[in-house]
This record gives sequence, C-alpha cells and structure tokens, in this order.
Amino acid sequence: MGASLVTSLTIFVLAIFVGFEVITKVPPLLHTPLMSGSNAISGITLVGSLISAGAGMTALSTGLGTLAVIFATINVVGGFKVTDRMLEMFKQDKKKKK
Amino acid sequence: METITNLVYLLAAVFFILGLKLLSSPKTARRGNQLALVGMLLAIIMTLFDKQIIDFTYIIIGLVVGTAIGLYWAKVVKMTQMPQMVAMFNGFGGGASALVAFSEYSRMAGEPRIDIAIALILSLFVGTITFFGSLIAYAKLQGIMRGAPIVYKMQQVVNALILIAIIVLSVFIMLNWSLWGLLLAIVILSAFLGVLGVIPIGGADMPVIISLLNSYSGLAAAFTGFALQNNVLIVAGALVGASGIILSDLMCKAMNRSLTNVLFAAVGSEGGGGAVGGEQKTVTRYTAEDGAVILDRAQSVIIVPGYGLAVAQAQHVLAELAQILIDRGKKVRFAIHPVAGRMPGHMNVLLAEANVPYELLVEMEEINDDFQNTDVALVIGANDVINPVARYKKDSPLYGMPILNVDQAQTVMIIKRSLSPGFAGEDNPLFYEEKTMMLFGDAKKMVTELVQVMKE
Repeated sequence: MGASLVTSLTIFVLAIFVGFEVITKVPPLLHTPLMSGSNAISGITLVGSLISAGAGMTALSTGLGTLAVIFATINVVGGFKVTDRMLEMFKQDKKKKK
Repeated sequence: METITNLVYLLAAVFFILGLKLLSSPKTARRGNQLALVGMLLAIIMTLFDKQIIDFTYIIIGLVVGTAIGLYWAKVVKMTQMPQMVAMFNGFGGGASALVAFSEYSRMAGEPRIDIAIALILSLFVGTITFFGSLIAYAKLQGIMRGAPIVYKMQQVVNALILIAIIVLSVFIMLNWSLWGLLLAIVILSAFLGVLGVIPIGGADMPVIISLLNSYSGLAAAFTGFALQNNVLIVAGALVGASGIILSDLMCKAMNRSLTNVLFAAVGSEGGGGAVGGEQKTVTRYTAEDGAVILDRAQSVIIVPGYGLAVAQAQHVLAELAQILIDRGKKVRFAIHPVAGRMPGHMNVLLAEANVPYELLVEMEEINDDFQNTDVALVIGANDVINPVARYKKDSPLYGMPILNVDQAQTVMIIKRSLSPGFAGEDNPLFYEEKTMMLFGDAKKMVTELVQVMKE
C-alpha cells in the first residue's frame, strides 16, 4: 500500500470525471455506437492477458491467459469492427437523389 | 524501457479519450472510433515488447482465434441483433478481466500487498458477474431463453446471502492467500450472482441491463489495472465504467424508474400482453387505402418508430414510405424516444441502416413541441412511449414517464397488430380517440401496403 495505490486511485477518479465530461456530450443518436465502441475499449484488458499468456509460468496461468487473450481479442476486434460498420451507415441527407 | 512503455500507454489513453470525444458528432464519430483503435494497437504492440513475455506461441494462437471470431461476428451480425452482440462482447471483456486476475493469482509468489489482493478479488468478482450476466442477457435477447422475468420466492434474500458468502470468503483468502479453492468458490458464487441477477430482468428493461453490463466490463478492466498496477487499464476501464453508468441512468430516466426498481422489481411480461380492460370501447378500423389518402393530404408527418418496427423488420420499407412522402414535398421527420429499441440509441442505428439521413432523426425533447403543428403522427410498433396515461394517471406504472406528444397531432395513425397493451400492461386511451386511425396488421405488411397504394 502507500504511494502507488494513491497514484492509481487518483488516476482512476480523474479518469471517471473525464469520462463523464466526454460521454455526456455524445448525442442519443450515437448511443449504440458509443456502447459498442467503449465496449471495445474495455478490451484493453488484453494488455494484461498477453503477459499472462506469454510469461510461461505454469500451465494453469498460461491456459487462463490464452483464454483471456481470445476473449479480449474478440471484444476488441469485434467491438471496433461493428462500431465502424454502424458509423459508416450514419449519412447526411444528400439533397435530392436522382 | 519501462518509461517508454508507460509513455506509450499514456498516449493510448489520450487516444481513447479523444476517440470518445469525436463520438459527439456523427460527422467525426467514425474517425473517433478509428483513433481509439489506433490507441488500442499502440498499447498491444508495446505490451508485446514486455520482458516478462518469453513465449509467443499461445499469444499468437489467442490473437488469431479471437480476431477470427470477432471479425466474423461483427460482419454477419444483423443490426436488430446488435443488443445481444454488444451484451456478449461486454461479457467477453469482463470474462477476460476475471481470467487475467485468476492467472495472475496462480503465478503469484508469496503474499501480495493487501491492495493488490483486494483489486484481484474485485476483478474476479465483477468480471465473472459480467460474463455470466451477459450470457443470460444474450440468451434472453436472442430468444434462446424466455424474455419474461424469472422470479421465485426469496430471490433477493438468496442474492444477498451469496454476496455475503463472497465477502466472507474474500476475507478468509486474504488471511491465507494459498487457499486457492476459496478463490474458485468466489468465482462460482459470482457466476451464480451474475445469472441470478439478470434472470428477473424483463425484456423491455434490457437497455438498462446492457448499459450496466457495459459499465461492469469497464470496472472489471480497471480493477485488473489496479492489480497489475497498469495505468492504461485503469484509465480505459474508468472511461467505460463512466459511460455505462451514464447510459443506464439515461435509460432509467426515460422509463421513469429507478435503477433499484429495474434491478429488483422484475417488471413486465413477454412482449407486453396482459389483460385488456375496457372491452366496451370501440375502435374504428381503417385500411391502408384510408391511411394513404390521409398521408397524401398531409403537409407534415412525424413518424414514431417503436420496437415493433424492428421486430417486424419494417425499417427498410418505412424508409421507402418516408422517401415517397418527402418526394411529394411533405415535411417528414422521425421522433425517437430514448427507449425505442433494446439498447440505447438502437432505433437510430436501425433507421440509419435503412438509409434514413440522420438529420431526420429527432430526439424526443426537440420534437415534442412540434406535434401540435403536425398533420399526421404515424406510429409504428410503439405503445407505452405514446400513452397519454403517463401524464395524469397516478396509479399507472407509466405515470411520470416522458412520452412523445403524439396525441397533439391533427391525426394520429397507429399501425399495430392488436389492441393489446404494451409492456407496462396499461391500456392506451389514444386508440379510442376520434382523431386516431387504427391500422391493424403486421408493421411490415401494413407499411408495404401503404407504399403500394401511395405509388398507384
């Protein structure tokens, strides 16, 4: 405990405030892409999974780590891809077709 | 090296924040998402240089398998199925955090610092709940499981007991860190809590639950970040956690319910239904021909789409109808209620997919004063969100819920399969009003007929 925990907590609390500020500005129009996009960001846990899977400690830790990599990668890749697919569909009125 | 890694992680966190910031406008949103992706790639690549990694075999296997599944799923998913897919992705994120926590525990030598131990247990707890809760949400939305709430006696008591057991076990394991069986017990109990927490949630409360699971997946990542003392996990997790909480709060407000009420009250039945009261009231049936005549005479039309539209897959033909009306010089807009759909903003995505320009999609607060100057309000597959009872009937479950002022339009045209009340089980007096035209039928069939008649 001590300084490092306090630093981590500080970062956490400030990040939550930043999150509130940024996200309240997202219009309801884009709430679904916001969810799938932020969902992809929560796949950041992949960073931790990679070390678990690659540290080669015990069979158990490697196995759990590998499964974690699979889960987190689905989350990241699928999340960003589907968000992009959705956002591509949001088009402006192209005044008078044909 | 460690300094460089941390600086790159900081850069990744900045990209995440900027990415979310760009999501505030549909013009820049796509770029925002790509920016967040770049941040993620930076963080991943930097991590691969970590000196703890000695073997890349399993990393590569994991990345390849995960990418294949994720890409395939994201490509084939239908826009109507977006809620269950997002739910499941949330689950995977939470599950990954829990797995990392367990893996981290299994390779830990000796007693960890108390704050790291707490963070590990929290990550395991929240991550497991997220995973199993999401599985249930997925099953309900996908129709594998009945959407209606599953309730039994002493439900809350059982959940509370499980929670207490988890806390007790956590204390024990912190006293003797080597008892890994206890940790496994925590995982199993958390899994139960995840399942039991979501089964009493009714179909129409799903927007809240998905937002909440989104928040949990972020919190699980943040706790993992505390355990690994990795700041990028903490920042990204906090951002997602905040986002999920804001969205759940918005959804609760749009339904005029508190979060505790949604989580514990088990409201609703499968897709509405319930007893229909007041049979003596009469309703005039109209045909598509009648509807087309009225629409043709109207100068301004506001279309109110509800979830019934999505169920009937009628968004494309509705977009065609809107285009015909626009081509004839009428002012056409879509009024979007916050809970129209199975997740926040779902209806906008469905209409965007049908090529409706987003300028025509108007939020409730912005359009509500315009109904009084509108000739026709065309309601498709929506009921509770237009029920005027919400304004005055104090004992109604809908009372106080913000609704679309559809009843102020000159003519209200409602396409609906039957007179059955909506999710809240409340009869809608608007159906029986003189200015209301009821067009009974499946949303897709009826709108298709309207299009055909209009074209003739």
